[in-house]
Amino acid sequence: MVAAGCLFLALCAGAAQPSLVHKPAPIFVRTSLSGQRIDLAACRGKVVLLNFWATWCGPCQVELPRFSEWQKQYGPKGLQVIAVSMDDDSTGVRPVVRKLNLDFPVVMGDERLGKLYGGVLGLPVTFLISRDGKVAARIEGGADLQAMERQIQQLLALH
Amino acid sequence: MTRCSFYVRVCLVGALAVLLFLGAAPQSRAQFFGGEASSASATSIPQAQLIQPDALRHLLQSGGTQKPLVLQVGSHMMYSQAHIPGSVYAGPGAESNGLQLLASKVSSLPKNKFIVIYCGCCPWSHCPNMGPAYKKLHDLGFTNVKALYIANNFGDDWVAKGYPVDSGN
Repeated sequence: MVAAGCLFLALCAGAAQPSLVHKPAPIFVRTSLSGQRIDLAACRGKVVLLNFWATWCGPCQVELPRFSEWQKQYGPKGLQVIAVSMDDDSTGVRPVVRKLNLDFPVVMGDERLGKLYGGVLGLPVTFLISRDGKVAARIEGGADLQAMERQIQQLLALH
Repeated sequence: MTRCSFYVRVCLVGALAVLLFLGAAPQSRAQFFGGEASSASATSIPQAQLIQPDALRHLLQSGGTQKPLVLQVGSHMMYSQAHIPGSVYAGPGAESNGLQLLASKVSSLPKNKFIVIYCGCCPWSHCPNMGPAYKKLHDLGFTNVKALYIANNFGDDWVAKGYPVDSGN
């Protein structure tokens, strides 16, 4: 069943940049917009939903509220959502975070972080990272949120 | 007639009207039929003014005299990660300061200069930058502007195809 789950996740992963899938997620440390230190290495043991987005990205605005719901629903079971804004500066990001009432860490991205994750050359892009710190899926574009939620549920069940 | 077939007929007539309009539009000048810059969608750029990635790649590699000025009208973070070699960052078309930067980049150029704009931040129908940038160049009087049609994003439709890429500022 685990193997079937892994196969399913691999098939669901984005085709453009598959190289990170099944490999350790690149580690980074950032300070969130609210001043919280975010260390991806410290998230080991949790399932991480790492979402790259921007204020000018329409499909991103659709996904983010769902991610917020999932953080509430699955947070106690081990999900950690981290959003990386790929806006050129944070000026316009803060109002959107407030408006969408996002209650997970939002950090500012940059060229280096984008390249670390294989090049974030289109938004949105979401990485699902398993409890052992490996990239389980790379999901590109406006995602099938039901399918993504099923993947998260599967990953949360893997210990 | 069922309600369903009625709607199908309405859609077909609408599509025919759009096609007739596109066919009748003059080709001698950069065309635009969207609204204000802030609300212009990439899909408002006429089909005739689009250029496909493979065609642009050939054009840039041909060494001919018809090489265009290529302007990236998306975010700087995307540009610094990867961009078309020789292309110039011209600011995000969705923002007023981006359109100002675009205007400054073309201010000294003749109005018939061959210009290609591109973004690739998001799927074409969601791109907030291409429509306003195209409209700006149209409003400035440029007559030979093409928009690079990037269906999904710059990563998939240019980089992943192995086309030439530069990075940095």
